[in-house]
Amino acid sequence: MIKYVTKRILITIPILIGVVFLIFVMLSVVPGDPITVMMGEKVKPDVIENLMERMHLNDPWYVRFVWYIRDALRGDFGESYKLHRSVSSVIANAFPKTLMLAVTAACFSWIIGIPAGILSAVKKNSIIDRLFMGFALCGVSVPAFSVGMLLQNLFNGILPVSGFSSPRHLILPAVVLGWGAAGTIARLTRSSLLEVLEEDYIRTARAKGLMPLRVIVTHALQNSLLPVITMMAIQVSSLLSGAVITETLFSIPGIGRLTVDAINTRDMPLLQGTVIFTTAIIILGNLVADILYSVVDPRIRVEGGK
Amino acid sequence: MEANRTKKELQERGKNKPDRENAVPNGISITEAGRKAAEQKEPQRTPRRLADAAVPVFDRKAAIKAMEEAALSRREENDSFLSVCKRMFRNNKVAAASGVILVIYVLMILFADVIAPYDPAVVNLMERLQPPSMAHICGTDELGRDIFSRILYGGRVSLLVGLVPTSISMVIGIIMGLLSGYIRGLDALIMRLADIVLAFPSIVLAMVVMYTLGASTFNIFIALSIIGWAGTARIVRSQTLSLREMGFVEAARSMGVSRTKIMARHILPNCLPSLIVLFTLNIPDAILSESNLSFLGVGAQPPDTSWGLMVSQAKGFAISSPWMMLFPSLAILIMVLSLNFLGDGLRDEIDPHLKK
Repeated sequence: MIKYVTKRILITIPILIGVVFLIFVMLSVVPGDPITVMMGEKVKPDVIENLMERMHLNDPWYVRFVWYIRDALRGDFGESYKLHRSVSSVIANAFPKTLMLAVTAACFSWIIGIPAGILSAVKKNSIIDRLFMGFALCGVSVPAFSVGMLLQNLFNGILPVSGFSSPRHLILPAVVLGWGAAGTIARLTRSSLLEVLEEDYIRTARAKGLMPLRVIVTHALQNSLLPVITMMAIQVSSLLSGAVITETLFSIPGIGRLTVDAINTRDMPLLQGTVIFTTAIIILGNLVADILYSVVDPRIRVEGGK
Repeated sequence: MEANRTKKELQERGKNKPDRENAVPNGISITEAGRKAAEQKEPQRTPRRLADAAVPVFDRKAAIKAMEEAALSRREENDSFLSVCKRMFRNNKVAAASGVILVIYVLMILFADVIAPYDPAVVNLMERLQPPSMAHICGTDELGRDIFSRILYGGRVSLLVGLVPTSISMVIGIIMGLLSGYIRGLDALIMRLADIVLAFPSIVLAMVVMYTLGASTFNIFIALSIIGWAGTARIVRSQTLSLREMGFVEAARSMGVSRTKIMARHILPNCLPSLIVLFTLNIPDAILSESNLSFLGVGAQPPDTSWGLMVSQAKGFAISSPWMMLFPSLAILIMVLSLNFLGDGLRDEIDPHLKK
């Protein structure tokens, strides 16, 4: 177990460094003068020189990369060109909003997805099953902002359609963000439950004369929800990163919106920071999911540890 | 001539033992009866894990993982692609219908000049924001342009965005996957590279690439190609890994066939069926990615138009003029759904083990 976890963590480190490297190189080749972005057009040459020196902009990119890694390890991701605040504090300010949105969306997807999956599995191939699965399909076959705009139209006047000032503002964005996740959860619950329902011990439980509902709740669900639980860990992290579209559409000042703003204002350190932060969260989420799954299902551990 | 015949025979023999496990160590294939007995001893049991094929194919990363594992664990008999299609049309009505819809759809887009009732670029402020009517069946946008005509023309960009980057990324992915699977020394390097690309949320990576290159339709091709190759490479690699151990590859190797030739002539053709499936499933993905990029302002730029761009231009009108977003969204929905159903159907036929 410890061996597997250590190995899994060790694999993560080079990937993380690679991610930082890739982003760093890509953003280093972007044409454009950071000083102009920062201070506007009219700046004295000696000020520029001074700033270039202070921000290590005269050094070649690989030297700057080493500096960046060193600072990043201390939690310092540089200073935003536009906001004139440290990138880490800007991210720390925006992250709770994204987290709140993602958690609400995740809860929504579980509350909808798991019961829908169970119902579909129990009533396999019925109208309900088809309906649910059809909904799940359509949800992931259009861009999220299409669903979002449709909801904005339908719920205009009933719920707030943009902004972020009260819990009510969270409802629509969370639904939009959680929609696809709910579909995935529902399909996974359904297939997993269907598989468990074919096991011998379920037949035994039925043969004992237990109520069908009881068989599902006390016997089948426990085992079939294992993969679903690990899926959840992956989903929270992908919801956190998938918020780019939702936050832009509903004007929520979270990480995703910050990324888009950083692109529009050509604020390189901020963009670097948000992208690395989001990706690190995804990597972390996958790591947690893998470890969680290996705890729940030892077969993975044995195979993966080889 | 003689050598060729032996090679063919060896190939045939190789094909007759689809499971690596069933080959006895000295390379002689065991009898058909023995093979069947071995198969019966191990009843097909779907593995229950996250990467299970039960995870919907619409979840791209899960699908990649599932196909990868399927490739590692078994080999199927090879059918010609045509016979697979025929079988699918017989067995799977949904997939067949999707195929037909898709053909009609593509034809409509290709012949947009003939079908479109209006010029998609002509601005007519007198008729701005008209709801759907007989004159404009999908209504008009804020500049009075006919939405139906724009959907037909915008479909060209969306189709291109679906096809071009998918093709490029598949070619890169195939080459990388073959190299990675067949040449041991390159495996770790290429796979770590793929891991890094897959670690990013794809929309965020695409945004950064578009930022670096500048927003234009052409650069979308590059951005989506850079992102897309990793998944293909992993699937091709896992198939190569299991194929390289098989008799016919070993035979070719022992006869001194060069590595490039083995990869191109012996391994690649055997990967093709799953690559075709992957291709159909990657197209909708690219179309959706393009929509997202356009929505964020780093995708297709006016005067070009794509479905994604049309929906995002409707952003301010979602409440007052819903048809502006509704019809382009429907266009995307139909295209993506039918491609997904088609890909799903093909996959079920090519690899029945993955059937849900």
